[in-house]
Amino acid sequence: MTDTITSMSVSAALKSPESAARLKARYRAEMRFRFYGRAAIGIAAGILIFLLSSIVYNSIPAFTQNFVGLDIELAQDKIDPNFSNDTEIIASADWQGLIKASLRREFPEVNARADKRELYDLVSSGGGDWVRDFVLDNPQSIGSVVRISVPTSDDIDLLIKGLIDRTLPESDRLVSNKELVWLDHYTAQGRVHTQFAWTLFTSGDSREPEMAGLSGAFIGSLLTILVTLAVSFPIGVMAAIYLEELAPKNRITSIIEVNINNLAAVPSIVFGLLGLAVFISFFQLPRSAPLVGGLVLSLMTLPTIIIATRASLASIPPSIREAALGIGASRLQVIFHHVLPLAMPGILTGTIIGLAQAAGETAPLLMIGMMAFIVDTPTDITSKATVLPAQIYMWANNPERAFLPKTSAAIVVLLLFLLTVNATAIYFRKKFEKRW
Amino acid sequence: MSYEGENKIQSTGVQVYYGETRALHGIDLNIGANEVTSLIGPSGCGKSTFLRCINRMNDVIEGCRVEGSVFIDGDDIYADHMDVVELRARVGMVFQKPNPFPKSIYDNVAYGPRIHGLAPTKEALDHMVETSLRRAGLWQEVHDRLGDTGSGLSGGQQQRLCIARAIAVNPDVVLMDEPCSALDPIATAVIEELIEELKSEYTIVIVTHSMQQASRVSQKTAYFHLGNVVEFGDTSQIFSNPKNTQTEAYISGRIG
Repeated sequence: MTDTITSMSVSAALKSPESAARLKARYRAEMRFRFYGRAAIGIAAGILIFLLSSIVYNSIPAFTQNFVGLDIELAQDKIDPNFSNDTEIIASADWQGLIKASLRREFPEVNARADKRELYDLVSSGGGDWVRDFVLDNPQSIGSVVRISVPTSDDIDLLIKGLIDRTLPESDRLVSNKELVWLDHYTAQGRVHTQFAWTLFTSGDSREPEMAGLSGAFIGSLLTILVTLAVSFPIGVMAAIYLEELAPKNRITSIIEVNINNLAAVPSIVFGLLGLAVFISFFQLPRSAPLVGGLVLSLMTLPTIIIATRASLASIPPSIREAALGIGASRLQVIFHHVLPLAMPGILTGTIIGLAQAAGETAPLLMIGMMAFIVDTPTDITSKATVLPAQIYMWANNPERAFLPKTSAAIVVLLLFLLTVNATAIYFRKKFEKRW
Repeated sequence: MSYEGENKIQSTGVQVYYGETRALHGIDLNIGANEVTSLIGPSGCGKSTFLRCINRMNDVIEGCRVEGSVFIDGDDIYADHMDVVELRARVGMVFQKPNPFPKSIYDNVAYGPRIHGLAPTKEALDHMVETSLRRAGLWQEVHDRLGDTGSGLSGGQQQRLCIARAIAVNPDVVLMDEPCSALDPIATAVIEELIEELKSEYTIVIVTHSMQQASRVSQKTAYFHLGNVVEFGDTSQIFSNPKNTQTEAYISGRIG
């Protein structure tokens, strides 16, 4: 037969030596590919683990704060000379002055002006707040000498934590020899102790590292994300439902579709400029406010939500729509009773991806003044605020060495914030997910 | 109220276009009340397309256009004043693949009565669900697990659930698009029995690829070929003594 000239039977071909070589080559190719895949995963995971562990390691010092117990004379005439018992008068006393007096009494030999200033630098320039809080909680203590713990200054704190090497020559060291002597005086008496740094979570930003906290940026981020969610979720989902389910397929809708996809690829700083021009210049909304930040981030998140929602709606099998239409459900009933609930897990996933992006965004917020030194914790969406990523950037730019661990700690907090947001989303997605 | 054999559905010159392609070339068919009419023919001949004209399911297909008219009880369902939702409540449909909603068995059946406001009270709704499930022959099997999801049932049970869902709104007409093609012979036999029982109350139009099924369940048969009705008549006559040679060739298995 002519067939045998051009081709041989499969069983014969499989027995030939070429076939054995081919088989070997095939197995080798598969092994190689497996190796590449494992290597890729290993490298990716390794980089991630290195990054995370170095950040966490660097952040550890920021979670503790060293305090020194000072004997402070709570003189009546310095605090409430007229015996008014008015908390406002008491709160406005010169607490820092009392601390300085205590330090002077501890070291009467220090007389030179420069030396005194150095002595005062032993404790935080915000230490007065601790004395004030103590007195407000214990008003009966006025008139007596009380030992109150106040935070040490940032450099002393670093020294105690071992981040400043005291064996270095004085000229290379941020802490002078005199300061070492004074500090050792307190240490010898057991008056220096370490506490958890609640300041990091309870106070707003500050120029002093030992006083700076994330509360303002955290609340700012939370408010901004809430505004973003409240604006972009309903608008995005509605737009996607209309485009996917109800809109006629014609030129206009296809142009809109192309533009939504393009919008998702626009650099985020452009949205910031747009927000500056539209929300602040034209609508006169307040600068640096979570309201404007949220609106700007909504613009950025909208395309992500619309695209994810449309994909999710399109993936619902037509048989479900037909079933509902077949018993006389209207188009809206089909969408809201059947398609949307089934698409919900996908929609939520898209929304969370969008929100997580928005929560980590700094560039558009730069343009609307949210990258700013703001001490107060925002109380509502129109008060001035900054956000966690902006706070990280600003702390990273500060010259004080003590801001280094603070920056890492802020990154850890931001990552935990994003993790919480994602976990919430996964919880809701699981809740909406149905077995088919 | 229509009696057996009276024309329930009349189609005159129905032509369907998918874009530029004409899928039906003018169908004239009179379908009698309270009997089973089966539509047979090779794949792509237009029988499903015609079935979907009867409850205007073609409306939702992009680029599909229907010409001609279909009357149900004398109402032109393609007239401007006709509400599609109302029409589909009157003309129920069962699909090729069982497609229960991913909800409980109860909610599957109760969905139609709920959206059409047929049951004023919870008791009335319970009653409707029970009757529909009984008529679909599913009550015995599921009455103690109405809260389970419909997709957990077997294929045949799912299809009976879909039939229960379709008849829960008490339609006049039930359209079935190859309802047994995804089922095994035993489940098929159950459904066929069910069709036999249901025809006393509903007008049934069924598309099927199984000649045996058509001959077993239907009183009238229409043979479709390339978008035309080649032959339409009593099932017994079509299968024993077809007038058209094409019909004969298809039925005897020489084409199709």
